[in-house]
Amino acid sequence: MNADDLLRQLFPAGHAVQRRGDLLAGSGRVDNETVAVVGTTNHAYIGVELALQLAAKVLAVVREHPGRALLLLVDTRGQRLSRRDELLGINGYLAHFAECLELARRRGHRLISLVYAEAVSGGFLAGGMQADAICALPAAEVQVMNLPPMARVTRIPLERLEELSRHSPIFAPGVENFFRLGGIHEIWPDSLAARLKAALGADAVTDQRRELGYERGGRRLAAEVARRVRERDHG
Amino acid sequence: MNALRHSYYEASARQRLTVLLDAGSFHEFLPPAARVTSPHLPALGLPVAFDDGVVVGRGLLDRHPVLVAAQEGGFLGGAVGEVHGAKITGLLERALADKPAAVLLLLESGGVRLHEANAGLIAVSEILRALLALRATHTPVLALIGGTYGCFGGMGIVARCCDAVIMSEVGRLGLSGPEVIETVAGVEEFDSRDRALVWRTLGGKHRYLLGEAQRLVADDIGAFRATAIELLTTRRPLELAALEAEQARLEARLARYGDCRDAADIWARLGVPRPERLPLLDEAEFHQAVAPALAGTKP
Repeated sequence: MNADDLLRQLFPAGHAVQRRGDLLAGSGRVDNETVAVVGTTNHAYIGVELALQLAAKVLAVVREHPGRALLLLVDTRGQRLSRRDELLGINGYLAHFAECLELARRRGHRLISLVYAEAVSGGFLAGGMQADAICALPAAEVQVMNLPPMARVTRIPLERLEELSRHSPIFAPGVENFFRLGGIHEIWPDSLAARLKAALGADAVTDQRRELGYERGGRRLAAEVARRVRERDHG
Repeated sequence: MNALRHSYYEASARQRLTVLLDAGSFHEFLPPAARVTSPHLPALGLPVAFDDGVVVGRGLLDRHPVLVAAQEGGFLGGAVGEVHGAKITGLLERALADKPAAVLLLLESGGVRLHEANAGLIAVSEILRALLALRATHTPVLALIGGTYGCFGGMGIVARCCDAVIMSEVGRLGLSGPEVIETVAGVEEFDSRDRALVWRTLGGKHRYLLGEAQRLVADDIGAFRATAIELLTTRRPLELAALEAEQARLEARLARYGDCRDAADIWARLGVPRPERLPLLDEAEFHQAVAPALAGTKP
């Protein structure tokens, strides 16, 4: 879905979200509540400039609108792959963005992310994946890597990966696969305004994704392993 | 001092912990005997490791209780899968209750383990959330980077979400590794076999001069230990004023160096005399050479 259609459906009462290059920022109305909106569009590759702009927008919300819920709109093909970005320390820029989101959470801003087009590894990791509620449209594309390049890198035959992907959510791209692993909390097939309103009303919670992954059968071990490391032989 | 020098670069994760921590103080959680292994690798016909490539536990550092995680580059390049990631996340969550003097992360990783792609990415994001939740409680978290495989992918982001990064010259830190960039963007963008270029761009000296690493140490586990002890009380508070200062610092870096094509251009602009010789200097000579330039610009 494109960003204009998405914003119309999310905010039938109106919004003031501006687009500047690949950056989306502004606010929208949900009943009597104003929601801050920060995100990317045009299947953005996130380089140092865009990471800084995203962080600046989050800091502005924290500074100027204490406690206002923050909706992260996700459309990224991942981090920009360039020597210049690495030379400047792009991992530090994305880390700063993640820290700004954590600051917002600590100060009572509810964080909701919605993958409305694409979400690929690095760009998704530091932003949308840090939200309290991670949501996606069913037609969105979520992935670490497509199967053909994965087959090349891991030297595992493509046919084998395709066959395994029919039963396992581990390898293949897809909203449904990430949902089964607990990496996406909710899939929003319709009534986006109502779903956003419901998500705003839910309590912010600690990270429950491992438990979700267990309940949904996609990640059997993560919750148990973390619990054993956390709780064994204190003292 | 150099009579007993242990190369951090060449050591395994367990050897690093043995020398880093007070003698005999390390106690491992979910040790290899617990046989907690990846549930996904056997389906691909791949061998498992009994620690899934990461060692977690507690120990003493200069008599202070610390929690530690050490990634083993020798197993799938230290890449993060479901179990590997959950061990680190569990350790960070444990620190909320244990309240150690610090948590030390000995990072050596290519990032997400592609053999467990989706679960690996989610696992790294869980590490990141647990790390930032811990930071908010004021327990310092230090990243140590000096292993063979460097620290890349999502773990490069994790490293920079720690309170401080300690690196050796041979350590490498970044997001997309040179091989990945070369594969996607071509050899003219990044020649991953040009070792001098790789280290100049991603190595400890450049990271230190950029302000991405707070300390540059010799390739010696003892030097890492001494510096970790020194930084035990270092904190980078997750507060608005601190993050606004970081925003300004990163904006200034972009404005100052955004048009540089090579690390040596950045070093020259920083005011280091004869920057082309920096890769050749040993650790002590390097600090001497760059100190005047760094004194003028707080990195």
